[in-house]
Amino acid sequence: MTHPAQPSRSPKPSSTLWQKHQVFEKNSIILVIGILVAISIGGLVEVLPLFYLKSTIEKVDGIRPLSPLELSGRNIYLREGCYNCHSQMIRPLRDEVERYGHYSLAAESMYDHPFQWGSKRTGPDLARVGAKYSDDWHRDHLRNPRSVVPASIMPGYPWLEQTPLDIAHIGDNMAVLAVEGVPYTPEMVAAAISDAKTQGSADDAATPAFAGRYPKAINRDLGGNVGRLTEADALIAYLQLLGTQVDFKLYDDKANIR
Amino acid sequence: MGIMDGIYPKKLRFGEIGLSVVMAVLAAGAIIVAAKAWTPEYAFHAYLFSAAAVAAIFAIANRYTARDAATPQMIDGKPNYNFGPVKFATLAAMFWGLAGFTVGLYIALQLAWPMFNLDLPWFSFGRLRPLHTSAVIFAFGGNVLLATSFYVVQRTCRARLAGDLAPWFVVLGYNFFILIAGTGYLLGITQGKEYAEPEWYADLWLTVVWVTYLLVFLGTLWKREEPHIYVANWFYLAFIVTIAVLHLGNNASVPVSIYSSKSYIVWSGVQDAMIQWWYGHNAVGFFLTAGFLAIMYYFIPKRADRPIYSYRLSIIHFWALIFMYIWAGPHHLHYTALPDWAQTLGMTFSIMLWMPSWGGMINGLMTLSGAWDKLRTDPVLRMMVVSVAFYGMSTFEGPMMSIKSVNSLSHYTDWGIGHVHSGALGWVAYVSFGAIYCLVPWLWNRREVYSLKLVNWHFWVSTIGIVFYITAMWVAGIMQGLMWRAYTALGFLEYSFVETSEAMHPMYIIRALGGGLFLLGAIIMAYNLYKTIRSPEPAALGSRAALVPGE
Repeated sequence: MTHPAQPSRSPKPSSTLWQKHQVFEKNSIILVIGILVAISIGGLVEVLPLFYLKSTIEKVDGIRPLSPLELSGRNIYLREGCYNCHSQMIRPLRDEVERYGHYSLAAESMYDHPFQWGSKRTGPDLARVGAKYSDDWHRDHLRNPRSVVPASIMPGYPWLEQTPLDIAHIGDNMAVLAVEGVPYTPEMVAAAISDAKTQGSADDAATPAFAGRYPKAINRDLGGNVGRLTEADALIAYLQLLGTQVDFKLYDDKANIR
Repeated sequence: MGIMDGIYPKKLRFGEIGLSVVMAVLAAGAIIVAAKAWTPEYAFHAYLFSAAAVAAIFAIANRYTARDAATPQMIDGKPNYNFGPVKFATLAAMFWGLAGFTVGLYIALQLAWPMFNLDLPWFSFGRLRPLHTSAVIFAFGGNVLLATSFYVVQRTCRARLAGDLAPWFVVLGYNFFILIAGTGYLLGITQGKEYAEPEWYADLWLTVVWVTYLLVFLGTLWKREEPHIYVANWFYLAFIVTIAVLHLGNNASVPVSIYSSKSYIVWSGVQDAMIQWWYGHNAVGFFLTAGFLAIMYYFIPKRADRPIYSYRLSIIHFWALIFMYIWAGPHHLHYTALPDWAQTLGMTFSIMLWMPSWGGMINGLMTLSGAWDKLRTDPVLRMMVVSVAFYGMSTFEGPMMSIKSVNSLSHYTDWGIGHVHSGALGWVAYVSFGAIYCLVPWLWNRREVYSLKLVNWHFWVSTIGIVFYITAMWVAGIMQGLMWRAYTALGFLEYSFVETSEAMHPMYIIRALGGGLFLLGAIIMAYNLYKTIRSPEPAALGSRAALVPGE
């Protein structure tokens, strides 16, 4: 059968280029190869240099991998789909810098598997939410956002503080991230469970060792529930870390102009 | 019983034995995984895999007892088309469409009134939003693409679908992937990557299904009698091949354990962002554009009974479109920590992409040359033509929003949501509705759908819904963008974030109303299709079988 698009007339001499195109129209494998070539170029040009251009990620002090408790919290952040409404990427625009803080650096998410820059701000950006609110505020806000922000349209997450945190396999999680290039040491992986417990409780004897592994990490009872870790504790530990790792008093943005 | 039985005794085919063995192994393996799973959610999925594999073995056995000894390629000189999988995917598309639109309406209500989150994990917006996007894009759109591609490739090649069980494996396997993905979101199993939320085992399963899909499609092309591959099939092929590449690139991950649903993407930070939007934007470009352009290139000429406007334009815009689309991803990352050179490349190609996009629109619209009067009398054709007009509109809006200065306002706001929905509701859903209204009578041997009047109602109800939706989102997005950057005379930010959020409330209600109307239209459609299939009147077949425009 003839199709609307196929010219039934024989091509004129002037149409040699159109004739040459018939090689794609008559051979499915050549067509597939043509498609593969056409779609490969853009992706290769845009993606590959990001892996070897040194200017892609700034040189910054202070970025460390997430502690086991913060990593557990991040996994809850992913599980609940927080990225659907919250970005973690402050753009270098006047109003954003004044509202949220210093614009985000590539280095600040270099250990993030996957990245959580987001695409929509139904709620505010969270890239620098760490240390802005108290743990109590976060706990109330997660339980019922309207108890602290009356006009908020955020869902409540009351189950987080009722669900005990499952950290049985957090070391396995860190071991996989280590394979993927996050600088977790075997010592960090081995101490994962005790580090998570340490971070979520005050006055633990193991604190100096923990602080050595995760410098400047917060270390306190996050949930008002001594001796017990909940999912809310982990999420709050993660939120309190966000955007606090780089000291922007010391950061020289001229040195990293790209 | 077939007439061939006397000549060839019925035997189990290699594929039937092979697939049964594979399914038996899968069923047993999944039971072991379920027993040792780290979480009950993952165990539930393993049981689902096991149950589906057992069901597949029963289905293969059932089919064996029902089928003839041989499946002829031709009957009375006409191809023995395999329309079973096409019918299934068509009905699945309608089902998932209704489900996806309903979830969309529900999450729209959640944004207007947060009490709809019910304080329950599986009802909260963060889990339902991926359910909505996956249900409409991959479940509804994906089944439309499966149904139409399997229909079009058979008709344009005048050949039965390649493979015996393979087409059924593709259709059922794909819908099983949807089931795993959707239940996973509700249970909190997600990779946390937009539009690529399914975890590693769902991704692996989809890879197997997708490779089979490509082989069935290519295998059918190889059986064609025509020397030329019809233009719609180029677009289907570009869609299938590119989605495979994108899926593998963006989902490269290492599972924590075979007993855990959790995996970690190998990419991180800025590279992961670039790869995510290379994937994300080309899911738009190849899933929601190339695949549906293929639908346009078959169903509009068929329904209008006119040849495609320009063959050469289709060649130029095909290659230009697939070459340029791939570059457009970084426009989702303007002013972020992605290096400027990549942002500039993304913006440049996004603007250039306007041209091949409009090439496709012109080719679709001008196909109506000499048949414009049919828009008055044929609501199905009108729906498809309006879809091409929406395609033109959103492929103008997209390049405009990719300009950095425009993007600095529009990004992170509801303008993006409005843009997506003018493309998704106006273009993708409308061209799909048109194709399904054509397909159902063709597949079930009816002369026409049960009621063109109801199609007309569907068209107007949902068009008003789309207009409500996209205008509400334009107003909401631009207003919020301006409020975020508003300063007082003293040089302070004028609004707190939550004030900008409060200002959205009326727009969110209007958006929900628009979505409700769109859903109502789809319910009218489902009723119309039900009546079409259940109506006793058999079609006058002769005209349909010979109907080939341009012949």
